Amino acid sequence: MPLIAASAARRSVVRPALTAFPEPYSAGSVMSVHSLTVERVSAILALATQLENEDPLKRATRLAKRRIALLFYESSTRTRTSFELAAKGLGADTTLVSSLSSSIEKGETLKDTGLTLKALGAEAIILRHPSSGSPWLLERETGLPVLNAGDGMHEHPSQALLDLRTILAHLRPGVETATAETLAGVTVTIVGDILHSRVARSNMLLLPKLGARVILCGPPQLLPAVAAEAGPGLEIERDMAAAMKQSQVVMMLRIQAERLAGLQLDLEEYKSSYQLNEARLAEYAPGALVMHPGPIIRGLELTGEVADGPQSVILEQVHHGVAIRMALVERALTAGSAAACDAMGGRQ
Amino acid sequence: MSVILIKGGHLIDPAAGVDGLRDVVLRDGRVAEIMAAGKAKVEADAQVIDAKGLTVAPGLVDIHVHLREPGQGHKETIATGTAAAAAGGFTSVAAMPNTVPTNDSPEITRWIQAPERKASVRVFPIGAATRGLKGEVLNDYAALKAAGVVAVTDDGHPILKDSTMREVLKNATRNGLSVIQHAEDTRLTGGCSMNAGVTAFRLGLRGMPPEAEYGLVERDIRLLSELTREVNGSKVGHLHVAHTSTAQAIAAVSQARRNGLRVTCEVAPHHFLLTEEHVRAYNTNAKMNPPLRSIADRDAMIQGILDGVVDAIATDHAPHAAHEKEVEFERAPNGITGLESALGLSLRWLHHEWKLPLGRVLSLLSAQPAALLGLKGRGTLTVGSFADVVVFDPKAEWVFRAKDSRSKSKNTPFDGWTMQGKVWWTISEGRVVFKGV
Ligand SMILES: [Zn+2]
Repeated sequence: MPLIAASAARRSVVRPALTAFPEPYSAGSVMSVHSLTVERVSAILALATQLENEDPLKRATRLAKRRIALLFYESSTRTRTSFELAAKGLGADTTLVSSLSSSIEKGETLKDTGLTLKALGAEAIILRHPSSGSPWLLERETGLPVLNAGDGMHEHPSQALLDLRTILAHLRPGVETATAETLAGVTVTIVGDILHSRVARSNMLLLPKLGARVILCGPPQLLPAVAAEAGPGLEIERDMAAAMKQSQVVMMLRIQAERLAGLQLDLEEYKSSYQLNEARLAEYAPGALVMHPGPIIRGLELTGEVADGPQSVILEQVHHGVAIRMALVERALTAGSAAACDAMGGRQ
Repeated sequence: MSVILIKGGHLIDPAAGVDGLRDVVLRDGRVAEIMAAGKAKVEADAQVIDAKGLTVAPGLVDIHVHLREPGQGHKETIATGTAAAAAGGFTSVAAMPNTVPTNDSPEITRWIQAPERKASVRVFPIGAATRGLKGEVLNDYAALKAAGVVAVTDDGHPILKDSTMREVLKNATRNGLSVIQHAEDTRLTGGCSMNAGVTAFRLGLRGMPPEAEYGLVERDIRLLSELTREVNGSKVGHLHVAHTSTAQAIAAVSQARRNGLRVTCEVAPHHFLLTEEHVRAYNTNAKMNPPLRSIADRDAMIQGILDGVVDAIATDHAPHAAHEKEVEFERAPNGITGLESALGLSLRWLHHEWKLPLGRVLSLLSAQPAALLGLKGRGTLTVGSFADVVVFDPKAEWVFRAKDSRSKSKNTPFDGWTMQGKVWWTISEGRVVFKGV
């Protein structure tokens, strides 16, 4: 069949170039952990430590009178407060715009809200939004540095960075910077609703950059097989015991009821297979750190005893959040503003 | 008496098997004479087009465009959409019925074709297969056909129910109309905004599985096959699959044809050029339905074109205003413009890179789509045909700029792409409707 021979030959022909994952326009933006190289991660960790240790009075002069907008389209306690404290700790003026108390309610678009905040003098925007990818839209339309505080099911980069800092504090005490080998030999299991979790996506893409092995664990409805292809260093293990036995860190996730979109899930069955309780923890991972990005649902993905137990570092995570977010806010307003201008000029 | 003499160009008329230097005389809206180059006498009142070094071909035919009128003139009007068509070398466009209101009636069909719409090129309305595109109640196909529709479809929506699709096929066949299916099993695509797969997972977007397309194509083929058996093949219906995007759908069409069914398919330039990777920056100009698919699917579109399984290149020209696309990816409407980039992309990639002969590229853009919808006297330049001509420089390279588009909307992922083949003249029924500069 000459046709088949011809077909085979044609398969090797040139195709239009694929687009790479795009870099942000502004050097100070953090929208995905994708653009965070190990060097950038290392610099952020070092800056976090520096800021944390700095005299609070001196620290508060760093961004004195600079304006930062927090634009929150979803309710949030810890992330919003954490960013707000971080920005205020650096002396910045913050303004909170939330979907419940603003013109957003009246149908204003993200573009127009962003442009309005810019006109009011905002120099950076911290965005929490229910739509994946919304930080790209906001950055493109405003030209301002954007910190992604969680976008839909996509990413939550500051959470992954604070999780990393928490892990380092326990497993690599004294290490304030990072290389591609820093977490070599460390296995982190992420358990639960990975499909709908932006925290899971950011962590599973960030931690392997530092050498960690990441095991994803959950039922097929909440963890599609394709997740293992999302980046290097990822594996799927559906058996929680098998995953835990290999892990120094067990990261639990909340079931995102608001994103299940009609998916039927038997919660009793889920708990019997994937709930982190004292018995499981004692038997399979008695030395592991127990993490959770919050908010936790006690009695569902983990028991209250585990959340409050000696292996839990859930509140430490919250603590590390402020230092990491100080570093991100400082970086947003100071990192490579010239490069940012170049990037904008080149894209117009 | 208007006369145009196109002198000394390289005439490629695939339907007539012509490929050589010819003079072409157009008189009163029809092709009057085709002669060896240099033989045509210059009549005193003739407009002479010197086509030396240029290709002369039948005006292009796009059987899948959304002209947005009536009802959505902020996106496109019939005047602006057909101006874009003319600039792209098209002289016939088939207009999809998902307007506001939908084209359910002879009145709207006639309104679309009225001279007041100021169309630059011929518009062939396609009627809504069911009332309001709801997939329930069939429209009056005899009346629609009498008013000028050339096919029926619910494009934008599938005809999902077996019982409805069976009735649509039966009625359309009885009235000599093609049925165009937007093959999307919407039970599998709720809340989805791109192709299912690792890229969708990575981007946190819900994905449409390929089976949502090919599953419905296979279902339609089964229904057509059953109906054909019922009538002992006496009156064979025509099923056309719009904007095919998955390898399995192409395979299903190919198999159906081998089984003797009249099933055809079209592929849009974005589906033979782009993949789901183009969504990575949440570019809403990479959002359309069906979505950009995997590399394997994209390659299957190329292969289907090269192997002759694909019957037509159609743009699915779907203009949207800037403010409608400048929103969150999941909220953005589906679709991109295509009329002004289809020829340039097809020549650049299908012909130049992938060595599909020029005549075959042009056939996919004119003769074959015209034949597919039974547009008589279109897609060919034999004597007596409509004087629908495109004259272009097949070698010229140029860069497509969205901002220079004649379309009212600029939503294209091909802004800044290098095109091949510059259109110098587009002639619709004997009138010059576009002149390149
Ligand atoms: Zn469609």
